[in-house]
Amino acid sequence: MKGMVVRGATVVDSSGVRRADVAIDDREIVAVESSIDAAGGRRVVDASGCLVLPGLVDLHAHLRDPGNPECETVESASRAAARGGYTAVVAMPNTDPPIDSVEVVRYVQERATRAMTEVAVAGTITAGRKGERLAPMGEMFEAGVRLFTDDGAGVQDALLMRRAMEYAGGLGAIIAEHCEEARLAYRGHMHEGRWSSFLGIPGIPAEAEEVMAARDIALSRLTGCRLHLLHISTTGTLDLVRKAFKAGLPVTGEVAPHHLSLSDAEVASYDPQFKVNPPLRPAEDVRSLVNALVSGEVVVATDHAPHPADSKELPFDQAPPGMLGLETALGVVWTVLTSGSGLSTGLDDMPVLSFEEAAAVVVEAMSVVPARIAGLEGAQGGTVRAGSAANLCVFDPAATWVVDRNRLASLSANTPYDGRKLTGRVRHTIFRGEPVVVDGEPLR
Amino acid sequence: MSRSLLSVDDLGAAGIQSIMRLSDSFAEVSSRSIPRVPALRGKTIAALFYEDSTRTRLSFEAAAKRLSADVMSFAVKSSSMSKGESLRDTVQTLGAMGADAFVVRHASAGAARLVSRWTDAAVVNAGDGWHEHPTQALADCYTLHRRFGGAAFTMAGLHAVIVGDVKHSRVARSNVKAFTALGARVTLVGPATLMPPCLDGWPVSVEVDLDRVLPDADIVYLLRLQSERTDESLLPSQREYTARWGLTRRRAALLPGRATVMHPGPMNRGVEIDPEVADREFCVVGDQVRNGVPVRMAVLFWLLGSGLPTGESSGQVLAVDGGDAHQPDSIGASDEEVR
Amino acid sequence: MSTEAESAPPVMGGVFAARAQVLGPDDVSRALTRIAHEIVERNKGTAGLVLVGLQTGGVPLAESLSSLLTSIGGQAVPVGRMDISFYRDDLGLRPVAPEEATFIPADLTGRVVILVDDVICTGRTVRAALGALADYGRARAVQLAVMVDRGHRELPIKADYVGKNLPTRRDEHVEVSAGGVAIGELV
Repeated sequence: MKGMVVRGATVVDSSGVRRADVAIDDREIVAVESSIDAAGGRRVVDASGCLVLPGLVDLHAHLRDPGNPECETVESASRAAARGGYTAVVAMPNTDPPIDSVEVVRYVQERATRAMTEVAVAGTITAGRKGERLAPMGEMFEAGVRLFTDDGAGVQDALLMRRAMEYAGGLGAIIAEHCEEARLAYRGHMHEGRWSSFLGIPGIPAEAEEVMAARDIALSRLTGCRLHLLHISTTGTLDLVRKAFKAGLPVTGEVAPHHLSLSDAEVASYDPQFKVNPPLRPAEDVRSLVNALVSGEVVVATDHAPHPADSKELPFDQAPPGMLGLETALGVVWTVLTSGSGLSTGLDDMPVLSFEEAAAVVVEAMSVVPARIAGLEGAQGGTVRAGSAANLCVFDPAATWVVDRNRLASLSANTPYDGRKLTGRVRHTIFRGEPVVVDGEPLR
Repeated sequence: MSRSLLSVDDLGAAGIQSIMRLSDSFAEVSSRSIPRVPALRGKTIAALFYEDSTRTRLSFEAAAKRLSADVMSFAVKSSSMSKGESLRDTVQTLGAMGADAFVVRHASAGAARLVSRWTDAAVVNAGDGWHEHPTQALADCYTLHRRFGGAAFTMAGLHAVIVGDVKHSRVARSNVKAFTALGARVTLVGPATLMPPCLDGWPVSVEVDLDRVLPDADIVYLLRLQSERTDESLLPSQREYTARWGLTRRRAALLPGRATVMHPGPMNRGVEIDPEVADREFCVVGDQVRNGVPVRMAVLFWLLGSGLPTGESSGQVLAVDGGDAHQPDSIGASDEEVR
Repeated sequence: MSTEAESAPPVMGGVFAARAQVLGPDDVSRALTRIAHEIVERNKGTAGLVLVGLQTGGVPLAESLSSLLTSIGGQAVPVGRMDISFYRDDLGLRPVAPEEATFIPADLTGRVVILVDDVICTGRTVRAALGALADYGRARAVQLAVMVDRGHRELPIKADYVGKNLPTRRDEHVEVSAGGVAIGELV
């Protein structure tokens, strides 16, 4: 391979912001300098007007593989991820069968060798994701799994969760919890509040999330195990996380782009594209989550959840929860951070960030910290300097585009942003030194 | 796209009143020895009932037939709908067979709205989950109009007390909107477990003690108590419900002479209401059923035959403050801020 | 769910602009008296008559005729009103709304019904009224009285009693009131 030069961009990483060209040979960045000519026959990738960021890392993607190839596969999801600027995704284990054994871990890892991003495989906490007894976490850890979760449901049994955290803590793994107390959320389909009362849709109270978050934070204190809270959606959970930070507990949290941009008012259309779990929350929660993102308290993870088209044409309470996220995440987060209005909250006191401030938030919350949580540091989420792995996201912060559900790389189309205008678009994605997306189009 | 009646909000006060006026004409038609007019001759009305509701279905069918419309009636258990054919496929099939209107009853909130997205035909919501049952509310308003009289079709000055399981009641949601749109004061009474979790923006007051509001009630609207509510631990027992929120003989004596007692049916005699009280003159349950037919004739005629404008687009009644960047379309087509 | 266009007020014909007065109030009154006498003569009295005014213009004329006939015949001639909105053959082509519910004062079986309207033109209103009448019983005979006959018939229907034959253009409009008959346009 001859290598390439990414020219004309502004580089943003943990070390700051500077105008620089980036030269890449093989899988490595070899030079970051104010001007690099194309000597040596390197391919020139035009990035004028763009930001060069370390490739994004998604902690939370449902690849539906094994089990639902009509919905998504490792390959199609990685294409969607690459198009969204990601160079690594964590594959959630609620597949069919679930990733609860070394065999299934190896299957996904094998599929991932052909992917356009790195794929880190997460395993289940409990066998069959049934919440009854522990999955072989030690064997899966040896096969490379660093994050365990029963995502899709919370672990309801507190004693079992204590055991899981003790055991995983001993391995040095991280436990990621889908915080949802099943009885409190029983038969709910949207956030319980003004809109659910008005629309006659059974609700899920914020407390269904907060009760379990509080329990698991306490168990983290008890066991010392690292705890990652998936898709935090309420102000109350954020308060619990802040308390955990203050107490010095090893707790992290993530927020999904849809919870940063859409409120439960969207459900007034009864359109199941707005059904997700945890549900869209009131605008005040959206604002709390954006503020937490800006202040570095949470990271962004997509909860990319493909569903076949016909399942989203059911009545709201019969449709499955979940939204696509990988291809729109950065555009949504960028629009939210820089426009001040969010996409639907209607609140006028949302934070408004400059490009530099927003880029700094994106680097930390969508690349550096997620890489650390996923155990991918070194390969992912590093600084853009000579010697680093060449995983880059080249992002045009001023480009506006309208999301078209029929033109996504995902095999599914269940985006809640269809027809919405976003600011900021991924132009190129470079994975292990290879341009996998150029000018927005995947090369394979 | 055709117009539809999905929510009382689609009508607003003016729309409710024009349906009432039309209902007068259709009540006259219904009183004839040949209660049929050719107004919707050649129109086809498809009744899609995904939930058992013989009363509502028969009422709509009678209304359609009295308008000379053709009726295609589907009850879920007797058709391919129970064999996994999707709602969308069914709607598109019946649309291809020439349905001009769909009357939709479904256990899911928003089902009628979904149907309206898939068809150019008019859609009437005949009950969607806990959400709304607009034609029941119209029949109730019309019943009250017939009882209280007056040419203006208004409920100004009247106090309506809605008792019981508001949370799970599409009838309550529609009636709160309709009664308040027509100017009535509404009080909801019942145990907190049966109230919607959040009533911000509802133009109602809430009371736990039924005895306190009865002396001041012009209308007592009793909601049906489903027996499964006790299984879900929403109530300790039916007996306790009756003791605290049933219209017993003692409570009936607290009512002023002008009071009217209503119930969407079918009544659980001995639960929501004392069996003897249910048979008193002030209990107009029979009228509610009877008036259902001319009101549904009026709705079908209004949608398919009249060419009349729809109600005020500013017909929002319940105010939900969800921000204005994306105005929810379920509460009317107005761009006005909802407060 | 109403879209903008559907919420807009429908065109109900516009505002009538009179161009010429054709009959004065006295002319209308004289014509009614003449028609009343013709009715009595043709039916050999007033026994068994029922007057039915068509909403809306025919209703006041029917009421005037009823009092004239009552004073001529010496016994009350019942008068009703009929709304034919639900019987029109142009439903959906233009806004149709009943003004007031139909009121028929007696069982029509065996009676002579005199339909009363202000203006006859195409005959379609009368056709609809004949359909509606049949739903109230089998009248022995139905006769038609109108204040103005404009011509332009589209159906084989003829008035039995006419206040004035008034040749008009199709685009003209005729307005009948207690104040007389005027011809003009809808603007």
